[in-house]
Amino acid sequence: MTTERTGTRRAVDIVVRSVLPVVFALIVGGIILLALGKNPLKYYGDIVVNGVLGGNLQNSLVMMTPLLLMAIALIVVFRGQLWNLGYDGQYLLGAVFVGGLAPQLIPKIGLGPSYIALIVLSIAVAAAWTLVPAWLKARFGTNEIITTLVMSSIGVGGTGLLIEYLFQDPAQRTPQTRTMNTADMLPYIPGTKVHVGFIVAIVAAVVFQFILSRTSFGLRLDIFGVNPKAARHVGINSRTMTIVLFLISGGLIGLAAALDVMGQWGYVRNNWNPAYGDTIMPFVFLARLSPVGSIPFVLFYSIFATGGTVASIDSGLSTDFNMVIVALILVFMTITEYVGSKRELGQSYLPDELRDAVRRPFAALTGRSAQA
Amino acid sequence: MNDLLTAAFISAFLVACIAGAVPLLLASVGETIGEQSGVLNLGIEGVMLVGAYTGYAVTIASHSVWIGMLGGAVGGIVLSLLMLVLNTLFGLNQIVIGIAMTLAGQGITSVLYQEKYAQSQPSISPDRWRIPGLSGIPAVGSSIFSASGMFWVAVLLAIVVAYLLSRTNWGLSIRAAGQKPSSLDAAGGSVMKTRSQAVLLGGFFSGLGGAYLSLISTGAFTPFMTAGVGYIAIVVTMLSRGRIWVVAAISLLYGVTQALGTALQLGGISVPTQVITMLPYLVVMVVLLIFARSVYISPVLAAPYARGAR
Repeated sequence: MTTERTGTRRAVDIVVRSVLPVVFALIVGGIILLALGKNPLKYYGDIVVNGVLGGNLQNSLVMMTPLLLMAIALIVVFRGQLWNLGYDGQYLLGAVFVGGLAPQLIPKIGLGPSYIALIVLSIAVAAAWTLVPAWLKARFGTNEIITTLVMSSIGVGGTGLLIEYLFQDPAQRTPQTRTMNTADMLPYIPGTKVHVGFIVAIVAAVVFQFILSRTSFGLRLDIFGVNPKAARHVGINSRTMTIVLFLISGGLIGLAAALDVMGQWGYVRNNWNPAYGDTIMPFVFLARLSPVGSIPFVLFYSIFATGGTVASIDSGLSTDFNMVIVALILVFMTITEYVGSKRELGQSYLPDELRDAVRRPFAALTGRSAQA
Repeated sequence: MNDLLTAAFISAFLVACIAGAVPLLLASVGETIGEQSGVLNLGIEGVMLVGAYTGYAVTIASHSVWIGMLGGAVGGIVLSLLMLVLNTLFGLNQIVIGIAMTLAGQGITSVLYQEKYAQSQPSISPDRWRIPGLSGIPAVGSSIFSASGMFWVAVLLAIVVAYLLSRTNWGLSIRAAGQKPSSLDAAGGSVMKTRSQAVLLGGFFSGLGGAYLSLISTGAFTPFMTAGVGYIAIVVTMLSRGRIWVVAAISLLYGVTQALGTALQLGGISVPTQVITMLPYLVVMVVLLIFARSVYISPVLAAPYARGAR
């Protein structure tokens, strides 16, 4: 991988290898559409029309806000070789507190203080939900993939309970929280229909890019990610690091939830789960765990999701077709990765350390050395 | 509360218990084989859904639950080929592929169901084996001894796998591939071959588990019907550390938590459905907290093996 090449050549390689999986996925997705008797060109055309044109791009940007924050949340833990797969539970718990409290809190303490209080609360709730997996991981090395998934399921169930028994809108028959007044929701960026949360998300991406690549914390995080044992020798406390990373990740997911509920939805319905984390994960890898680098990918998926929902309803497909495309991107990403690493092209999607991410904790847990 | 212990009640409780436990048992047995050989299949949720869907589709086409079960198993094997090729042969990241499999399984089954069956929503008539003599016993007779033939097949399969894993050379190879693959290589075995068999068997059992869920437990397919059973199977596998009897015991416990919901409803006690769905996860979390120290995980689990690599 140390072949000398010019900067442009290298950049082209990286772009090709990031875009190729998406192209392949769209082609295979098109074949599946054909097999289902749909016209793929019309379907993809519909996506562009409904996701970009005629002001629809603004809808896509609204969709992008939680997705980008979710992407940053994943990047932070993935860089530290930790898997936080409990995003659904963390997001929904944050969201349900915001949706449940906002309509009652705003008349009492005013808009500005309510926004701040609810955002802080949502961040705290989502971050707190990562604490048990983080502690188990830090203390015993218990596999965080499993514990975060389990905690997520508990969180999703807890959200339903909170809606039905605490935040239920008495005027509604269906289980849901009270709906915020349209006037009380996050203000639009002047001249657009995109709420200010979008700016927060972009700023967060830039800030985290800076933190991860230009600060001592970013360096310590990378050292911890590459080798937790080496990290100990330069004075990084692995346990603290693990817990801090999980808290940051959970906090960002809480921020995403608060902005999304107050900016886009206005309420939380029972059994509603946007599952942002699952769908955004491949793009986080394609962006090579760079917060700013993930912006174009998240924008692409936002357009795809926004336009795709309309396109699938128009053509009578289930909206879950988007999941098939995302799965295909993941598969082609790993294949491109395989071919790429064989030919030593460009840079790997998954840094070696991340590839070993699952193995090492197991080795630490058993006190044996991992053997390749 | 007094009529809680009538024969009809116990029978309903047992039926619900079996309906919840068997799909998890089958999936966990499959995941155990995979995990013993060093492959952590996070895509089991997707594999189960594909099994549930293909089983459903095949049953409707063939009018036979048994052919449907076979169809479900084949569907599970087909999706598992993805894991086989990309992970076992190419050594690519198991977590990413696992998530892709889950998404693919959820997405494609939901899309296909919407296309084909959403309008008609056909249901499958229950297949029951009334065992002569025994099915006359109160409570137990109308539940366990009138269960589907697949129930007995599932129990038998679990026993066979338990025997194969712990008492045969093949089981030894599987465990070697999962504990120290280089030693299996040195002994003249093939890690690739062993893990490939394990992955396909995992797909077979997960598909079968999914098909059991749609064909026998509920009698119809609905999108996302597994609702996390696949993830529970991964946890069960991790807690049982390759011992099938533990897998069976935990699956049974899960069945009991599921049946509890039905039971309490019959008893006139209303419990929020969320509590019932959360219960198994809460139990798992408590178990993990208590036994955090002793959950053993093989150092080579989820690590691709390349012959001759150091």
